[in-house]
Amino acid sequence: MNFDLNDDQRSIKATAAEFLAARFKPDHVRELAEAGSYDEGVWKEMCELGWPGIFIPEEHGGQGLGQVELVVLMEELGRVLAPSPFFSNAAAGLVIQTAGSEEQRARWLPGIASGELRGTVGEVSGDRAPLVADADSAELIVLLDGDSATVVEGPLGERVETLDSTRRFSAVEARAGEQLAGDPEPGRDRIAGALAAELVGVAQQTLDMAVDYAKQRKQFDTPIGAYQGVSHRCAQMLLEVEGARAAAYYAAWAADAEPETLALAASMAKAYASDAGWRVTASSLQVHGGIGFTWEHDLHFFLKRAKVDGHLFGTAREHRDRVAALSGLGLLTTTR
Amino acid sequence: MDLTLSPEEAAFREELRAWIEANSPGREPEGDEAAFEFRKRWQRELDAAGWAGISWPKEYGGRGASLIEQAIFNEEIVRSKAPPMANVLALAMGGPTVIAHGDEDQKERYLPPILSAEEIWCQGFSEPDSGSDLASLKTRAEKTDGGWSVTGQKVWTTFAHHAKWCMLVARTDRDVPKHKGLTYFLMDMEQDAVQVRPLVQITGESEFNELFIEDAYIPDENVVGGVGNGWMVAITTLMHERATLAFGLQVQVQIALLQLRELVIERGLENDPIVRQRIGQLTIEAEVLRLNAYRGLTQIMKTGVPGPEGSLGKWQWSEVNQSLTEAAMEIRGAEAPLLESDWAYRFLRARANSIEGGTTEILKNIVAERVLGLPRMGAK
Ligand SMILES: Cc1cc2nc3c(=O)[nH]c(=O)nc-3n(C[C@H](O)[C@H](O)[C@H](O)COP(=O)(O)OP(=O)(O)OC[C@H]3O[C@@H](n4cnc5c(N)ncnc54)[C@H](O)[C@@H]3O)c2cc1C
Repeated sequence: MNFDLNDDQRSIKATAAEFLAARFKPDHVRELAEAGSYDEGVWKEMCELGWPGIFIPEEHGGQGLGQVELVVLMEELGRVLAPSPFFSNAAAGLVIQTAGSEEQRARWLPGIASGELRGTVGEVSGDRAPLVADADSAELIVLLDGDSATVVEGPLGERVETLDSTRRFSAVEARAGEQLAGDPEPGRDRIAGALAAELVGVAQQTLDMAVDYAKQRKQFDTPIGAYQGVSHRCAQMLLEVEGARAAAYYAAWAADAEPETLALAASMAKAYASDAGWRVTASSLQVHGGIGFTWEHDLHFFLKRAKVDGHLFGTAREHRDRVAALSGLGLLTTTR
Repeated sequence: MDLTLSPEEAAFREELRAWIEANSPGREPEGDEAAFEFRKRWQRELDAAGWAGISWPKEYGGRGASLIEQAIFNEEIVRSKAPPMANVLALAMGGPTVIAHGDEDQKERYLPPILSAEEIWCQGFSEPDSGSDLASLKTRAEKTDGGWSVTGQKVWTTFAHHAKWCMLVARTDRDVPKHKGLTYFLMDMEQDAVQVRPLVQITGESEFNELFIEDAYIPDENVVGGVGNGWMVAITTLMHERATLAFGLQVQVQIALLQLRELVIERGLENDPIVRQRIGQLTIEAEVLRLNAYRGLTQIMKTGVPGPEGSLGKWQWSEVNQSLTEAAMEIRGAEAPLLESDWAYRFLRARANSIEGGTTEILKNIVAERVLGLPRMGAK
């Protein structure tokens, strides 16, 4: 029993943190977000580092590590709000790896692992998938519809603007394609878990920003962090960040070590992290006062990413309902 | 990361499960006194079989096992619905404090009778004018020949009416800043100079008491951790209270949640979307509580001491337990007020959760100042 990262995982985390802090300085993220674009050079570097294939088996060109290592990267990517196709590509890999036939995996995973064949995943609702990350640049699009998963060739769809300008989204019409052989649910759970970890990083960063600001900013000759209205708010943010982190890492561990609990663990993590992500970033804005409401301050990019992440691959409401169902209360009542 | 039990830990759990199944004493009798005697007998049996002090050193009657095994024990006791042990305050706080700060003689003298429940302990920290601001306490200890003479008043002293020993914090020096003039004593409760008066709680029970202390005698050898170090020693007690108790408490929450789900189904509310959202949320929060307890444990195993993060767990537990019992009341509808069901009692008792062992506001102060490093209240 050891609820902590092992030495290898810790070193992945430290390396990723250092790399990302150098590549995604706040001003650069702002530039990219305002232009609605990604940094292709950094994406190439990530590919050289083997990041896209971190969880993909070595036989398919990946690093052969697990969901925990993926989640470590997701948390760090969230911390700097990296504008990057990393997540969408990993999402495709997760579904293909868990639901693809042997032949399908051999065909697609190596390209996803190397970054040469970029993928993404869209969730169909009605006759289209309204919010597909990076469908305008991915070569392979997995469309999830109920318990079926279909692979179609990209790029496809029509760019849509969302609250989050650090990520590029498109709407994609549902269409026929190649069916994945297996059940896409475990893949979807892993995606939800990865997003929970991204939310942990986003929330942690805005908590740190709030604490720094609360130490410096003075009103009535007193640092605002000495007022309980502010300090207790920060304590509450920590409670929620740590709760989300525990749930996200548990779900990641369950994905590899205890797959029978993955569905429940992933829904718990996604529900908790979606709420926490929004509340913590919004609380950070409150601590910042007026400056936090300006475009010029970086906070709003985090707030928006948190909100949008909360609505991808199941809202908190949907996942809470699934938790109720999986823990013994009747059938699902919410629809996706 | 590895959340599975090692083969040794799994074997420990199996052995313990089998033992509890064979030896569980069944339901507690009605009435405070009878229930307490029952818990004492149960603890004696556990101790005889070597289960009472799992993580305590072997030379003082413990098992010398890890905190993981301690946690497994706390989980299994609750899961099997076996009664808790009688000497909870000594097991969770007094004992660990003596292990951390006591001298050799004190460890030999005090630890074994804690485990066997021969000597029950209580915690005499709070006073009428000193609750959250513990360091302002006024109970005085004056030096006499070979010992100390203590005068003052304590309040909310749980189990004082059963106790042989009191973890007493008193002021030994009035000329230094308030945190520096305190000393941690073990006071013998069996003397006329100590009067115990029960206080009735909102539940109608009397778990806690007032203590009136008039010239009570405490010998020198009953000072723990040195004269003037009482604050530091008391903090150890409080950290242990928040970290280790959290473990058994999270299991109680899991069990209460199972009962709550049964209640929902019994009432035919399992498809009510609002009820489902609420139960879903409670299930998630209870899980986060469990996971954080494990994380805290990993931390204590690494650093040896519970940190201020333990405050997060205690705080979160009180919120979950309160909202869980509130949900149960709502689901029971018109029958909720009836005292015949245990839920009404639990609903009331939960109100103390955010006060006992440090109020939620104080825990937030600790988290803000000691974990986040925010300026202290009133700082300029
Ligand atoms: C069931 C139960 C069992 C107990 N058992 C024991 C026991 O065995 N031994 C023992 O010594 N004590 C025991 N206590 C006492 C408990 O530790 C105290 O009640 C607690 O520390 C609060 O002190 P107080 O009651 O004096 O409240 P106060 O300290 O007067 O607090 C009143 C209110 O003011 C708030 N407040 C106070 N200071 C601050 C601040 N700095 N910032 C923000 N808000 C603040 C508090 O949070 C609270 O809401 C027990 C209490 C209960 C309810």
